[in-house]
Amino acid sequence: MMSFNPPSATTMPLPETTPAYSLRWRTRLYSIAGLALLLGVVMVVASAVGSTHIPIGTIWGVLLSRLPFVDIIPAWPAATETIIVDIRLPRVVLAGLVGAALAVAGATYQGLFRNPLADPYLIGVAQGAALGAVVGFLLPSSVAGLSLIPALAFFGGLLAVAVVYSIARVGKTLPVTTLILAGVALGAFLASITSYLMITSGDRLHGIISWLMGRFSLSNWGQVWVIVAPSVIGVVFIWLHARPLNVMQLDEEQAQQLGINVERVKLILLVAATLITAAAVSFVGTIGFVGIIIPHAVRLIWGPDHRFLLPLTTLAGANFLILADTAARTVLAPTEIPVGVITAFFGAPFFLYLLRQKKRAVF
Amino acid sequence: MLKLENVTLGYGKHTVLSGINLEVAPGELLGIIGPNGSGKSTLIKGICHLLTLKSGRVLIDGRDAAGMGRSELACLVAVVPQIAALPESFTGFEIVLMGRTPHLGLLRYESRSDFDIAWQAMEITKTQPFAERRVGELSSGERQRLTIARALTQEPKLILLDEPTSHLDINYQIETLDLVKGLCQEQNLATVAALHDLNLAAQYCDRLIMLNRGGIHAEGSPKEVITAQHIKAVYGAEVCVYPHPFNALPATLIIPGDGRSPSFKKGDCQPFLLSSNS
Repeated sequence: MMSFNPPSATTMPLPETTPAYSLRWRTRLYSIAGLALLLGVVMVVASAVGSTHIPIGTIWGVLLSRLPFVDIIPAWPAATETIIVDIRLPRVVLAGLVGAALAVAGATYQGLFRNPLADPYLIGVAQGAALGAVVGFLLPSSVAGLSLIPALAFFGGLLAVAVVYSIARVGKTLPVTTLILAGVALGAFLASITSYLMITSGDRLHGIISWLMGRFSLSNWGQVWVIVAPSVIGVVFIWLHARPLNVMQLDEEQAQQLGINVERVKLILLVAATLITAAAVSFVGTIGFVGIIIPHAVRLIWGPDHRFLLPLTTLAGANFLILADTAARTVLAPTEIPVGVITAFFGAPFFLYLLRQKKRAVF
Repeated sequence: MLKLENVTLGYGKHTVLSGINLEVAPGELLGIIGPNGSGKSTLIKGICHLLTLKSGRVLIDGRDAAGMGRSELACLVAVVPQIAALPESFTGFEIVLMGRTPHLGLLRYESRSDFDIAWQAMEITKTQPFAERRVGELSSGERQRLTIARALTQEPKLILLDEPTSHLDINYQIETLDLVKGLCQEQNLATVAALHDLNLAAQYCDRLIMLNRGGIHAEGSPKEVITAQHIKAVYGAEVCVYPHPFNALPATLIIPGDGRSPSFKKGDCQPFLLSSNS
């Protein structure tokens, strides 16, 4: 491997390019490919594990037989195919989408606020979504309360951030500190209403708590199709703004002097990150920890350049949440553990290990 | 290269500077001096449009800066701030490469030529040894040179420096301003530097503007601007101004206000100069 030796400044002949820099690019590109490959493996394995164990080969067979122009004579019972296609696969795909969305939204908020403590729920989207969901749980079932929960959660989250945004806006600018403070304050206000409603919710409390901790037990393809569009659009918009996000790590004044339209970039990223967060939590609840820990773990391993950080975070988040959900439904089977419990229980020690390994500035 | 026509600047209803006219030619280093709060930084912010003008025009290369987009402006004007807040976990090369931002679109990654421009800027500023170091490990003098390398990477025609030496030790002050002066002359850059150290201003600037009470108090060569009278009038401080023994540029010496040197008479500096030369 080539290593970069700082040349003495005076005798330095000008090299053609910077070897170490392009080397790092290559490593990061390989890592993206590796994580994408891993995602495929994790999805197949997660579909195999469960109350009925299904051999990996069967999973492949079922998946391939679903592709156009592929003719495989099924050598498996129809029930197995139903388990894979209608029960496990939508759950795995949904977990992957939600993990990717939460992780990349967390990385965006951390970058935007230049604050390592930021997570996707910092400026009120989770509290707004939770209140919306709780209202849905409390509606009499005659008005189809249960099926309204995801929509109420989604719009509750968006509405909360919209209110925070309009409070924090000063003229044409959006001071980040004001935004965070307004978000925390409004979040606390909404959370207090949610808590009150929970106390008075009676027999629906269990459902509410399980939504707040996050669960994939009710996943189906319909949910996947609803959240896939906003998630993909939001993630692509965020990826496109990786360079401005890098430059904004300097500070807003320097970013402007380097040609970045800071206020516009802030607005675009805020809208995109809020949208994918609200979409992610709408069906499965406010799963914690993914959005704060995955971006940090990726930053620790691959460095702070958002052009790699964002794609790597997306893939790592998907991998992590699929694995966490697989653990959630198998560890104490047939009882399911809320996935939020798993993300924190296994994610936190791993993150602490990474912190110990690299004793340098993380952010 | 840079022309200010009747510029008025301020924050909200409060006006800081009014009726400022000035011009800077390519290859010229203009120094802005004046006491704290006289509007040095405000003027720099006005020129690079971080602060919207209350009235007047800023012309860069003959074009009104108000009509330019952010990235168009950043292709012409680079700014070196007082202390650049740099994210600690980025490497030196990554920071310098950010100077290419205004030249690249949303979808374009840096090409080989962008790497080469950044690398060359690091050679000129002697920052190549920091290319792979994390910014958090560098001293403030080293960071300042990285910021100058980043400014060069923008390939600007005008460089603005906002008190670039105020947090540096004397060796780094000299090093930084030697570098700025050299760049200004070799690359024919128009350069505007806000400085608070009168001796540095006198030694390095071709022309000086002394700000006071919202306007220009004095303008001209260092010899014309840095005089005991002007300093007394603007800063309210008693000083001695001598010709520098090496190049006869004005050198300012402070006089302690509490009369710590009883044998010394204020306003009578000549004997001291002679004795120090003999």
